[in-house]
Amino acid sequence: MLYSRKPHFDKILVANRGEIACRVIRTAKKLGIRCVAVYSEADRHSLHVQMADEAYCIGPAPSSESYLRMDKIIEVCHLSGAQAVHPGYGFLSENAKFAETLAEEGIVFIGPPATIVSMGSKSESKNIMSSAGVPCVPGYHGDNQDPQFLFEQAKQIGFPVLIKAIHGGGGKGMRTVTEATPEAFYEALTSAKRESLKSFGNDTVLVEKYITRPRHVEVQVFADTLGGAISLWERDCSVQRRNQKIIEEAPAPGLSIELRESLSAKAVAAARAVNYVGAGTVEFIFDNDTQEFYFMEMNTRLQVEHPVTEMVTGLDLVEWQLEVVAAGNPLSLNQSSVPLVGHAFEARIYAENPRNNFLPDSGRLLYLSTPTPTLTLPESYKPISTLSASNTESLAPSLVSYESVAPSVRLEQGFMQGSQIGVFYDPMIAKLIVHGRDRTEALRMLRKALDEYHVVGVSTNVEFLRMLAGNQAFIDAEVETGFIPKHSDKLFPPITEPAPEILAQAALFVALRDYPKQQTPITQSPWTSLVSRRFGGDMYERVIHLQDDASTGESNPMVIRITSLAGGLFDVEVTTPAGTPVQFHGVSAELVSSTSLTVTLNNKLSTVTIVSQPPPPSVPASLSHNTMEKIHVFSEGRKTTLVIPAPKWLLMQGADILSGAVAGAISAPMPSLVVEVRVKVGDKVDKGQSVIVLESMKTETVLRANVSGTVKAIGCKNGEMVEEGKELVNIEADVVEAS
Amino acid sequence: KPLINRFLRDKCSIYKRSYHATVLPSLISTTSPEFISKKEAMDGLVDEFEAKTAQARLGGGPKAQEKMKSRGKLLPRERLALLLDPQTPFLELSSLAAQDVYSDYIPGAGLITGIGRVSGRECMVIVNDATVKGGSYYPLTVKKQLRAQEIAREHGLPCVYIVESGGAALPHQANVFPDKEHFGRIFYNMAQMSALGIPQISSIHGISVAGGAYVPALADENVIVQNQGRIFLAGPPLVKAATGEEIDDESLGGGKMHSTESGVTDALARDDNEAIMRVRGIVGDLGQAGYRGVPPEGKAEDPVYSAEELHGIVGTDVRQPFDMRDVIARVVDGSRFREFKKDYGSSIVTGFAHIHGYPVGIIGNNGILFSPSALKATQFILLCSQRQIPLLFMVNVAGYMVGSKAEKGGIAKDGAKMVRAVACADVPKLTVIVGGSFGAGNYGMAGRAYSPRFLWMWPNAKIGVMGSGQLSQVMTSVSKDPSQHATLKSEIEDQSTALYSTARLWDDGIIKPTDTRDVVGLGLALASRKPSGRAGRLGSTTWDGTGTGFGVFRM
Repeated sequence: MLYSRKPHFDKILVANRGEIACRVIRTAKKLGIRCVAVYSEADRHSLHVQMADEAYCIGPAPSSESYLRMDKIIEVCHLSGAQAVHPGYGFLSENAKFAETLAEEGIVFIGPPATIVSMGSKSESKNIMSSAGVPCVPGYHGDNQDPQFLFEQAKQIGFPVLIKAIHGGGGKGMRTVTEATPEAFYEALTSAKRESLKSFGNDTVLVEKYITRPRHVEVQVFADTLGGAISLWERDCSVQRRNQKIIEEAPAPGLSIELRESLSAKAVAAARAVNYVGAGTVEFIFDNDTQEFYFMEMNTRLQVEHPVTEMVTGLDLVEWQLEVVAAGNPLSLNQSSVPLVGHAFEARIYAENPRNNFLPDSGRLLYLSTPTPTLTLPESYKPISTLSASNTESLAPSLVSYESVAPSVRLEQGFMQGSQIGVFYDPMIAKLIVHGRDRTEALRMLRKALDEYHVVGVSTNVEFLRMLAGNQAFIDAEVETGFIPKHSDKLFPPITEPAPEILAQAALFVALRDYPKQQTPITQSPWTSLVSRRFGGDMYERVIHLQDDASTGESNPMVIRITSLAGGLFDVEVTTPAGTPVQFHGVSAELVSSTSLTVTLNNKLSTVTIVSQPPPPSVPASLSHNTMEKIHVFSEGRKTTLVIPAPKWLLMQGADILSGAVAGAISAPMPSLVVEVRVKVGDKVDKGQSVIVLESMKTETVLRANVSGTVKAIGCKNGEMVEEGKELVNIEADVVEAS
Repeated sequence: KPLINRFLRDKCSIYKRSYHATVLPSLISTTSPEFISKKEAMDGLVDEFEAKTAQARLGGGPKAQEKMKSRGKLLPRERLALLLDPQTPFLELSSLAAQDVYSDYIPGAGLITGIGRVSGRECMVIVNDATVKGGSYYPLTVKKQLRAQEIAREHGLPCVYIVESGGAALPHQANVFPDKEHFGRIFYNMAQMSALGIPQISSIHGISVAGGAYVPALADENVIVQNQGRIFLAGPPLVKAATGEEIDDESLGGGKMHSTESGVTDALARDDNEAIMRVRGIVGDLGQAGYRGVPPEGKAEDPVYSAEELHGIVGTDVRQPFDMRDVIARVVDGSRFREFKKDYGSSIVTGFAHIHGYPVGIIGNNGILFSPSALKATQFILLCSQRQIPLLFMVNVAGYMVGSKAEKGGIAKDGAKMVRAVACADVPKLTVIVGGSFGAGNYGMAGRAYSPRFLWMWPNAKIGVMGSGQLSQVMTSVSKDPSQHATLKSEIEDQSTALYSTARLWDDGIIKPTDTRDVVGLGLALASRKPSGRAGRLGSTTWDGTGTGFGVFRM
């Protein structure tokens, strides 16, 4: 295929971070290309920096001061001698100005030319597509932004309608209006515009028909500089939360050959219509009810979910970007020889809280244990024979057989244990990709791999993804973008009390880790070696209290009594507030490592991963779960987080310390950006009045005065990044007259 | 042939482990009817002992416990469990003290004592059980506490007093208050130990009144629980009677007052839990005070034979003989026993062994003591004394031989040699009464009067001036009114039991035969403790020859 060619570049710069930077570096290394990484001060120790051949710090943590700084990146290009820049996704990947500037500096932008990058603007692209015969969703894409006019347009299109920012993405600046009233429409319009302006610096919106049971199907296209364009088949990314993808698959399930052929044809037509170059994705909205599909937008970057396409085609898309497009070579495959083998899934593992509307979480990956990947880069498929190369113009996947596919697991991650997730950047931790001979096999592998994905330190969606992968409707491929709300009952089953086995395991873990340390390996006093033995009358019983982290702090703790028996065995009694006590007799338990417990309960031998998360040392004990030790039990694919409640006296002591502290002090609850300080020194404030607006994890938080009084001091300013616990405002409480 | 070679190699490796000149052979038959009947009898006795201790563990019973819990207090054994380091051993002393002694049921004499690890060091822990008559002091309660203090002093163990007691049981005051070994001795001991550099720590969880007020007051450092612990010389009723002042408990002697105003207490805890945590903190900061343990010489090796077999070897009938070597083989490291003078004076067994890595000289009985046996034992004691090896007495003795032949042979002076050697041996002695301990044999085998560091009994053990049968025969023959002695035999029999002994604190508790090795190992580890820091320094004499002056005054 590419035997006769050499990579075009000797050295490239990867203008990104996290898993995608690592992903690009991996292929570049395979091709013998040297890689330059750039990083912000917060990423000094991150994986992509370690993997690169050289790395440059380009500024402080906020991306606006580092990863979005074109000047700095170009400077590093010159400094390091990088001939090209791979932008990954996000950051500068779809920034036309960046592509333009690079071109001016004589540096290759690994992506489409600047003119095409402007395809990112939604309304413009739709016009082009309509004229190229690519079906588009009925809607208004014009410049007239008069609310009244837009409302008229909406009425013409027919409710429900969708209001979308033309520069939007990732679900930002997007509102659905179901009610055909001006009030509802104007409210959604204002809010979409406000969000769009804040996120993208532009508040132009378009109005479109809203499809009730849509699927999100997208086609990966690739075009060379010589006018060649092919489709690498489609992906289904329908199942989304907060309008963001979390699970993707290729090929899209349930499509007829004709439909697949038609999708590919339209996607290639779309690419040709704009003289597209490079890797791109043509997104379609697929109406489940009518089986119609409409062009949505074209993404001019390598997408997050590209690995599923790689798995079913056996092609390395980054290699194609570097070899074919950027180097100016022709596409090495014609459409009919693009393989479509087996079925692949990608699950995005996010630091987020699915039960709390998928709000992002941030924190340190205190513990990370993943399934063992069987593959790091896609491996090309070798056809058994070249049977039907007759119709080279056919857009249907060829019927060529390939050597049997071994089921594989691939892991794209940019973080290691100890890494900090979130706050400044996207809270995605990793992508888990599986490939099987068919959808059933791929799903089975996905479930197993998710079972083996253990994270402590941040809440993640792993368990939610596991639930999703085991959901019958999902197994039956009844996918649609509204899948999660539609099946929320099944996906979010009521939180049940942890099983007695889990509680027993957690308690045994706590008891065993307290075993006295051996003095010396050889000689040991019986006062340490005779652990928990009792002589002359007493009986050793350890009582361990645990609380379910998922429940509110009010509930009574669960009580686990561990009695030591002769021969190192235990009797364990688990008492929960709700149930009758459960007894386990003659339990054997051994701590094989600091995070692994081997235990026999009711004659069942199991090895469970248990991770202790100590409370932050500097925070005084309070009633909050966050300041107590957590025990995470990973057992049979479920993570149960238990809290060892602080003793009452410690809580009282904490309360005493806190009450002794400044009553009117308001501190940052998490590392965040100060959006707005709404008071100044000397202002009179009432209790409950908003004082400071913070932004963290793309979410705004309003801090309110906890007492009525006068602002004594302000410890931050607009736009400042503040650490957790920093005192932001101090209010001197009014002296309350005793009545 | 390779197969045979492998077979030989396997065989050899087995021999390498077990074949050693000093490894005791096991000659018992576990399937003999004799073994089985002995085992059944002993099993029964051990079960009975366990049932009694389980009963005693409940203290004053569920009702009293509920009452205590309802006040937000922890139970005495919960306090104890929290105080001790997690997953460490606890050697409880005399858990069946006062059993069947008083007309009231006073389990454990209302006091829990024992040795356990607190913040990484061995301590004597003394816990009042307020569920038993409010933790008040019966005569045996005092005796139990004094014995615990004696053990603490001998081994340099810091003392932790978990106090909740109304003081002396007033109806018994004549047997609690006035004598030398009565209530006052507790404070004398505290003062002396403090002066010897052995820390005295207390926490006050309830009332601590009159005499009881001196436990916290004499402690080097103490903790009190707010709205719960009270210290005063006289309670509100007595104050009113004496001075007319009307005052409530908390203002008179509450934790807040004592911690902020009087300075009687050093720290104020919010509840039992915090008080215990604070005590753990105090013990963690004891620095060089007290003695320090010495690690064993070698790695402990389990005995070759199972301790379970002890039941069938010994049985419960003191008249049934057994070879003490079979017991020793199930107690010592690797069942190794280097016997001394094996073929001389064969009714006593002497030799060197290790238990839990600690060297020990063992003296065990294999029958009646004759002159040669007494002489052999004497020489062995002298050897151990010279070598500073602790002595373990494994007792099953009917006494010294009587009769004209023995008397002519000078059994009295030979027996006295042994008794003198035991009395003066300059090494720690530990005594386990495995069978009988009768007559002067009790003296020669380091009975209670010979101040062994610890004296434990098996549940089957018997102790007395002579066997009950013998005694009643003697009485019948010397008595003028035989009818009075109709019940004597059974009375004496009852008084000879381990239970009777342990109830009166003639020992430090009954232990299960299978625990012998571990209990003795713990004892040897304690006996190995050496003075460190101030406790070991010698200076000008003020008293007691140590020159340590006073302990810690409370300011």
